Amino acid sequence: MRHTATRLATIVAGGALLLTACGGGSGFDKGSAAASGSATESVPAASGGDITVLIGSSGEAETDAVTKAVQAWSDKSGVKATVNVASDLNQELAQGFAAGSPPDVFYTSTDQLAGYVANGSLYAYGDKAAAAGDFFPSLKDNFTVDGTFYCAPKDFSTLALIINTAAWSAAGLTDGDIPTDWDSLAAAAKKLTTADQVGLSFGPEYQRLGVFMKQAGGGLIDDTGKKAIVDSAENEKALTFVQQMLKDGVLKFPSQVDSGWGGEAFGTKKAAMTIEGNWIVGAMKSNYPDVTYKVAPLPAGPGGKGTLQFTNCWGIAADSDNQGGAVELVDFLTSTDQQLAFADAFGVMPSVQSAADQFRTKFADQAAFLDSVDFASGMPTVTGATDVISDFNGKIEGLATADVKGVLSSVQGNLQAALDSAG
Amino acid sequence: MSAVPAAPARQAPARGARRSPSRRSGVRGREAVAGWLFISPMIVILGLFLVVPVLMAAWVSVSDWTGRGSPLSPDVGFVGGANYQKLVSGGGLATQDFGTALRNNAWYVLLVVPIQTALSLFLAVMVNRKALRGRSIFRTAFYFPSVTSSVAITVLFLFLFSASGAVNKLLSYLSISGPNWFADARGVVHVVLGAVGIHTGPAALTDHGFLGITWWEWLAGPSVAMSVFILMAVFTTSGTFMLLFIAALQQISGEVEEAALMDGATPWQRFRFVTLPMLRPTMFTVVTLGLIGCWQVFDQIYTGTQGGPAKTTLTPAYLSYQSSFEGQQWGRGAAIAFVLFAIIVVLTLVQRFILRERGVPRRRRAVLSTRSGESAAVPGAGAQR
Repeated sequence: MRHTATRLATIVAGGALLLTACGGGSGFDKGSAAASGSATESVPAASGGDITVLIGSSGEAETDAVTKAVQAWSDKSGVKATVNVASDLNQELAQGFAAGSPPDVFYTSTDQLAGYVANGSLYAYGDKAAAAGDFFPSLKDNFTVDGTFYCAPKDFSTLALIINTAAWSAAGLTDGDIPTDWDSLAAAAKKLTTADQVGLSFGPEYQRLGVFMKQAGGGLIDDTGKKAIVDSAENEKALTFVQQMLKDGVLKFPSQVDSGWGGEAFGTKKAAMTIEGNWIVGAMKSNYPDVTYKVAPLPAGPGGKGTLQFTNCWGIAADSDNQGGAVELVDFLTSTDQQLAFADAFGVMPSVQSAADQFRTKFADQAAFLDSVDFASGMPTVTGATDVISDFNGKIEGLATADVKGVLSSVQGNLQAALDSAG
Repeated sequence: MSAVPAAPARQAPARGARRSPSRRSGVRGREAVAGWLFISPMIVILGLFLVVPVLMAAWVSVSDWTGRGSPLSPDVGFVGGANYQKLVSGGGLATQDFGTALRNNAWYVLLVVPIQTALSLFLAVMVNRKALRGRSIFRTAFYFPSVTSSVAITVLFLFLFSASGAVNKLLSYLSISGPNWFADARGVVHVVLGAVGIHTGPAALTDHGFLGITWWEWLAGPSVAMSVFILMAVFTTSGTFMLLFIAALQQISGEVEEAALMDGATPWQRFRFVTLPMLRPTMFTVVTLGLIGCWQVFDQIYTGTQGGPAKTTLTPAYLSYQSSFEGQQWGRGAAIAFVLFAIIVVLTLVQRFILRERGVPRRRRAVLSTRSGESAAVPGAGAQR
């Protein structure tokens, strides 16, 4: 009997221990989060608590470069800073925000920006950033919501036409044939299409096909940012042009040639041309070093030149306990020299104008990407636009046989609804 | 979890009668306290990791929580059924996506559950035959896919079914040019109809719809990409359910079989009228587990196609994840999860009603239910994954 009693007591004690342990770690516990926050608030902001940086890395090169840069800053400032690589950035950030203990500094994409702004997760430090006046204006616009510049653009990429030079000359084409308009693009794609190589390949998504909409003079949202213009005649022209290339068999989506993305189709020589951003440079160097290629600006359409730009910013959490230190870290990471180092390491373009000239001299073959910034448009940031675009992408996959007008009018309806509910 | 029909319930009054006041206050009363203490760690753990999160999700589904801070903080407002309303009758993208996801998953369930049940039963009967040489080898081989992680199998299938993968290579030897499986968004019913010259549906189907997509779209069938997932689900889970059926088959005594043999029953008759009725409880378990697992399909989609091509492999479980973590529509994501929960419960009840025992004489039913009590102890947890 005594034995049982002792055992019982042990179990009860164990259970109680378990209870408290779980209580502390539940993550939704507002009390504990607040407590940890107040404990560090007494420390001076700039040299305060440790800083965690959460990144969604494209690969080892990027991880190494960012880790090295953050370490360099940490050594200089004396603030401990660690870099974590997220396998699913959005999900890990969401956990952090919900628990009240997000990473201090993290990659923020344009499509997540509006959501984070709406729920107050982001610290709006854009105008306080050291390079605030130096960023490319189009990038700054991309991270401005309702007149507030939220976060410093990390770097950016634009889309350009990537041409396999060996296939190009094999098809009897010369430098003079590099496409400058839609007709010459379709003609070149036709000449480059052979039994085991398609002329052009790019991913079935707005993030690629959108360039044709811009070149036709169309787009998704008008300049006021309040009205959807998806069902315009310009967009119809663009989609019809792409559909025609699909029907002619001179354009195939990567999955049709066994590839995950345009760069893979291009690198494995299944496509002679692709429309990709400057990230392809790194992929070609590491995976397909034997393929020689050339980067040309995208051809102009009936509405002039146009391309899309993609960018992330360094988000700083509103719940960070060391915002001063975080801004200092971001200033270091967006400085001209550091951005050039990143460009060298993993093929991105510096977000500051002061690095442009050095970038052009250092990476002459990639100048076309940087030159495209003059006519590049960003992705929409309005809440709900992500869903609309992913729905649009689903329809683009079936573009070859789709009713172009029907596709555009359904996207128009969805986007206008998203704009209306976002106010 | 498993079938626990009338038998225990019928025994309950007897047990209740034994409980007299004098016993309750004696040693047995202390035992009750000890019993509660012993199970309290489990209750606490279950409560903390199951009940509390479920209740919290239920609250999120009727709130306007934006994903920052605790959903229980005072800033989070109650919005009633707004999230649910947007989902089922909003008419916007949310409704369309939800309708598409339900359509995809309904076809998935409709095909996977019957096929995997039939196949696993067939395999079980085959490897249960005493005359078969190397039975354990076959059992292991059939069970193997169930042991492998679904992520690994998904990756394997991605390679097998790529445009120039092994499957299409094999088909090319038969002079068939296979489709580009994981990129093909055409519904198989539409493909078949297209082959006989029907490319657009009648106006009655294309002009009306449910949950934002037309009836013609509902009837499209699983896309070619989804068909691969269906094949994969059958491949991976029939081994698990085979195990359940083998266990049940071994419960059937040889005498019953012999008696049927003496009565002159053919092999088919013995299977149809003797074996199959005795497997009813296991059948219930298998179909229920299959149904639940199929409605919750997520990992294959997450690793394989992420809902593409053209949203034809989008499932409610994946849509719930996507709305929450990508779209930051937490209320909507939670609402999808609860609608899914309701669907599963309703379908399980319907299936229970269909598989109920009918027209069996009272005496035999008692025998059968004892059996079902035994087979309920068969290990079968988490079979679908």
